[in-house]
Amino acid sequence: MSKTLTPDALVLAPNINGADDFYADLLTAHEGRDKADSDAFNARLVLVLANHIGDRAVLKQALPAAALNKNETP
Amino acid sequence: MNKIFEVPMYPYAHHADQDAISPVRRKPVVIGAGPIGLAAGIELAQDGVEVVILDENDKVSFGSRAICFAKRPLEILDRLGCGQPMVDKGVLWNKGKVFFDDRQVYDFNLQPEEGHQRPAFINLQQYYFEEYLVNRVRALQEQGAPIEIRGRNKVSAIGTHPDHVTLEIDTPEGSYNLEADWLVACDGAGSPTRRMLGLDFVGRVFEDNFLIADVVMEADFPTERWFWFDPPFNKGQSALLHKQPDGVWRIDLQLGWDIDKEREKRPENVIPRLKAMLGDDVEFELEWVSIYTFQCRRMEKFRHGRVLFAGDAAHQVSPFGARGANSGVQDTDNLCWKLKLVIEGSAPESLLDSYDTERVQGAEENILNSSRSTDFITPKSEMSRLLRDAVLDLSEQHEFARPLVNSGRLSVPCTYDGSPLNSADALQDGPGRTRPGSSCPDAPLGDDYLLPKLGSRFILLTIDAEAPDVIEEAGITVERLALSIKDDRTLALKDRYLGDNASGVYLIRPDQHVAARRPTYDDNQFRAAIRRAVGKE
Repeated sequence: MSKTLTPDALVLAPNINGADDFYADLLTAHEGRDKADSDAFNARLVLVLANHIGDRAVLKQALPAAALNKNETP
Repeated sequence: MNKIFEVPMYPYAHHADQDAISPVRRKPVVIGAGPIGLAAGIELAQDGVEVVILDENDKVSFGSRAICFAKRPLEILDRLGCGQPMVDKGVLWNKGKVFFDDRQVYDFNLQPEEGHQRPAFINLQQYYFEEYLVNRVRALQEQGAPIEIRGRNKVSAIGTHPDHVTLEIDTPEGSYNLEADWLVACDGAGSPTRRMLGLDFVGRVFEDNFLIADVVMEADFPTERWFWFDPPFNKGQSALLHKQPDGVWRIDLQLGWDIDKEREKRPENVIPRLKAMLGDDVEFELEWVSIYTFQCRRMEKFRHGRVLFAGDAAHQVSPFGARGANSGVQDTDNLCWKLKLVIEGSAPESLLDSYDTERVQGAEENILNSSRSTDFITPKSEMSRLLRDAVLDLSEQHEFARPLVNSGRLSVPCTYDGSPLNSADALQDGPGRTRPGSSCPDAPLGDDYLLPKLGSRFILLTIDAEAPDVIEEAGITVERLALSIKDDRTLALKDRYLGDNASGVYLIRPDQHVAARRPTYDDNQFRAAIRRAVGKE
């Protein structure tokens, strides 16, 4: 299924090639870390990914999506 | 050691106003002979406005206090005739290092943009800054300029009226009354004027204490700004090392909230902290120690009838980013030309409301930036600390994270977007940095520079465009400054003022902010722009 998107719209449709592999990689990355270490890892990961996206409009829409807030318009 | 900040610079002297039977009426009176009050006085006096500066003290700032002065204030000081001694004495720097925990995470070189007469910033103790301003006042007095500083003249009561202000002033010889057409209050964060008038000053309090120590040392630390997050010698807190003239180093140590200030200020407690930071073998002498807390807040309005507030009296920010004295000088830069026009009857009183609009906007920008720096330096929650540390850890290996590190953002002038004095931008695709409301960026003109040619009057800047040499409109005289892009072989003038346009015409205010711009001269449009820029449209 493909949907026409404006360039600055957050992608919320499935978009990861090999979703299961990505998820497994994510779990592996956390293996052997304690809670504090894992939290720090996640924080760094968010920043790395945010920089890759770069587009402020997209990043802004990601916040309510992550907050599971359906009423909040991006 | 006889330090400049211990010498009376404007000792009390009896004035004939004290013997008058009924109070003498002055034009503008400035309260406070700190950096902002002195700048206001000099600007008004240079424009021929008779001005009196009152100060409860008779000395310059005690201790170094504000130490970082940015390019825009230096350009303003050039107009006030005292930029050069500041730059000559000041320490120039553009390199810095950032440390996290026990290691350096990165270093930087700010490499200021070329084609500006003044550096991005200098470090200079506030007492020198004030001394040079006082020297300038003295030089103006010798030339017969109408300016005086009355030391140990403490305003103890203020009465406001529709067309003037009354002042009761205490001196070592008793009190006297004075009247003023206008009052400019530059009496600092604790402004007695604000308190006497019962005005608000709301904002955010940061629960933190910082120890400032100025040390004199012959150390071979380079001329760089070093900032530590969570260093071993000040666990869980921050630290700053920055060079000032005369071998004086500013050391700033975050102490946290629950401390005994008096105890922490004692040399026997300060010295071990400094040794832990600098190493046991570094010889140093303490020049000045202070503990400060800070708030980010502003008055709701900077104009209250005939009373105008400027500098810390009107707004207060955290020190990160050097936005205190720097923004105060921009307040008076904005205010003085308007006040002069109102006093001489060339502009309506309502022009002063634009001082409020424009400088409240400037204060909001400064409060936003300095609050963000503070939130980065002192995270307020577990998660904000986690994110902050993530940024710092990433910055060691990945360049992308470095712009997120925030130990203070360089103070840049506010662009007065949406100001009622601006005319709509009519230079299509013109450079954004010179849109109406912007402060004019400098540009080289052979061996000279653009800003000194603008001076402190209305200017019609034409670049490869025809226009009359002088325009008289609504009591305002506008002189033309005719330039060509050929005057600047570096093309900075073209890049900053034309972009892809072949020509450009700018109406520039006395504070060197752009009021209007078009590709060519249009008599009706520019006459309307002049009226608008002085509040007559």
